[in-house]
Amino acid sequence: MVVMKMKFPFQKRVKLAQGLWLLSWCATVAGAITFTLGCILKTELRRRAEVMDNSDVHVVPNTLMIVGLASLGINIFASKICQDALDAERFPRWKNMLKPYFAVSCFFTVLMLLAVIMSYAMKGSLESSLKVGLKNGIRFYKDTDTPGRCFQKQNIDRLQMEFQCCGNNDFRDWFEVQWISNRYLDFSSKEVKDRIKSNVDGRYLLDGVPFSCCNPSSPRPCIQYQLTNNSAHFNYEYQTEELNLYLRGCREALVSYFMGLMNTIGAGVLSVFLLQGSVLVSLRFLQTAMEAVAGNENTEIETEGYLLEKSVKDTVMEFIEPVMQFFLFKNQVGEGSSEAPADP
Amino acid sequence: MVLLKIKFTQQRRVHLAQGLWLLSWTAVIWGAIIFCLGVYLKMELLRRDEVMDNTEIHVVPNILMIVGLASIGTNWVASCVCQDSLDATRFPRWKVLLLGWFAVAAVLCCLLISVVALSFAVQGRLEESLKVGLRNGIRFYKDTDVPGRCYQKETIDRLQMEFRCCGNNNFKDWFEVQWVSSRYLNFTSKDVKDRIRSNVDGRYLLDGVPFSCCNPSSPRPCLRYTLTDNNAHFNYEYQSEELNLYSRGCRQALTDYYMELMNSTGPVVLSVILIQMSVLLGMRYLQTAVEGIMALEDPEGESDGFLLEKGVKETMEDLKVKALILLQFWLVDPIAPEGSSEDADLEKAEKEASPTPAS
Repeated sequence: MVVMKMKFPFQKRVKLAQGLWLLSWCATVAGAITFTLGCILKTELRRRAEVMDNSDVHVVPNTLMIVGLASLGINIFASKICQDALDAERFPRWKNMLKPYFAVSCFFTVLMLLAVIMSYAMKGSLESSLKVGLKNGIRFYKDTDTPGRCFQKQNIDRLQMEFQCCGNNDFRDWFEVQWISNRYLDFSSKEVKDRIKSNVDGRYLLDGVPFSCCNPSSPRPCIQYQLTNNSAHFNYEYQTEELNLYLRGCREALVSYFMGLMNTIGAGVLSVFLLQGSVLVSLRFLQTAMEAVAGNENTEIETEGYLLEKSVKDTVMEFIEPVMQFFLFKNQVGEGSSEAPADP
Repeated sequence: MVLLKIKFTQQRRVHLAQGLWLLSWTAVIWGAIIFCLGVYLKMELLRRDEVMDNTEIHVVPNILMIVGLASIGTNWVASCVCQDSLDATRFPRWKVLLLGWFAVAAVLCCLLISVVALSFAVQGRLEESLKVGLRNGIRFYKDTDVPGRCYQKETIDRLQMEFRCCGNNNFKDWFEVQWVSSRYLNFTSKDVKDRIRSNVDGRYLLDGVPFSCCNPSSPRPCLRYTLTDNNAHFNYEYQSEELNLYSRGCRQALTDYYMELMNSTGPVVLSVILIQMSVLLGMRYLQTAVEGIMALEDPEGESDGFLLEKGVKETMEDLKVKALILLQFWLVDPIAPEGSSEDADLEKAEKEASPTPAS
């Protein structure tokens, strides 16, 4: 049972070949755009690599770049096939290549769809990576004299200023770490000694935040220290103060930024996927229509084009059978050799 | 004596027309680029409008935009003329227009040269404008409850963070103004009362700066209050501390930024001047060569192309005479009814000679 049979008179074949040639060049451009989008996403992720714990999310831009390049090749190939399609002498030389070509193209098209799905599904992984990365960044904020960590302070400060966020979940994360280095603490002062004695680990904790948490939109000069003490500042109430510092946590800010970027890219790549799919379907129709013409003296007869010669199930079995046979053969050999030693 | 005469065979004329057509389309694209540059510069200046006192510097992007548009139009006309130049029937209709075209193209070149000169000369005016604008911005920093000034604080904060600068000349400018609003001062506290009494105007002055002056590259958490007091902070020395705050003043930072922007347009404008002048010269040669060939009535023959028919001096004299005649003509007409020119006298004499209807 043939899948999706269509009649193709000569004129329709010509129009199909011409339209497909144009479509494949559009798809080539779309493939290049996909590659560019993958590069952009990769660059953006690498810029913030220091506040990410792992690079699991990099699988999305990597896949996009691979698929973009493959799509370029596939569509250039398709346009060349179109050019030769209506020429009865030049078309047969493509015959052998077409089956593996379709297999490879289908694989990469499915990979494109997977990339789109992943760009929506990677949110959880991104969030946990940022959670750990930001926690470390805040912990090592004070270590500007430790090699390998000396730029953490600058990174976190610039991150908080650029994304207008403070801390991991919110600004209170800064209350739980010592973010002032011991180099700048006067250990003979009573206040410092009290604070250090007040917790088990002997850390200098305070209810203050770095300057990069300050919100420029506040009508009041920024209050950074003694945030929980209402009487320390005139006309100040800790619970109702909203504009003084950035309220959003940096994890939330970064997740929404990257998810926004990936969702936009995903939507674009979805349309490229549809374009690519239509190129492949049209090429299949053109191939089957032209193959029916081959051998005929009159090249202007009406032919039939179809997607699959047998039904979907049969075609799948056709592809899988050689693979299954290969595994079965291996199994049989294995069984044979395991039986052999048993013989006396 | 003809200026810069060149012989033009038929082939050479065709090459000239084709080359000039291509060159004029290149000039159209460059004109569009100049226009876009002008728009970009204007937008950048408008973004920082609030810290500038006057808009004198806007003359540079305005001229760039006008020149860009005029250049697009002029060179498009040039390409049309080129297309028609080798067709003897269509070229004559451009004859009258060409004189005007040359005048416009010459004016364009002059404007472009003036833009290059202006972009260097305007630096002093820019600095003055920024000096006053920033001083006001710093003075009104605290007035977040005054309509018209409520965004000064946010503007100055974002400016200092973006350009990595502090104050007008340096961070000490903040010591001379009250930048903490009275709404947030506890007037019963001793510290506040002392500070207010310490100066004539009764302002709350302190040796501190806003948070936007803090430098993230500093290894130490930012110190922004009691800056001049070495004892107030552990391991701190006011004179030798360099990384804590931004050391550059915002006037310097903004001037550098805008001068760099305007200087980077310099090479583009210079190349447009060169292209425009070559289009001008090419057009003149093409015009004279084609007119010469049309006078000879042999379309395939040779003709002379030149820049000026007479020498430079004689051409200037000619132009002067023509201009005077035009001026006289223009002056005579409005004054004709009661004028004392010879024409008016002649008319009067004629009237007296002929019998009047009344008599």
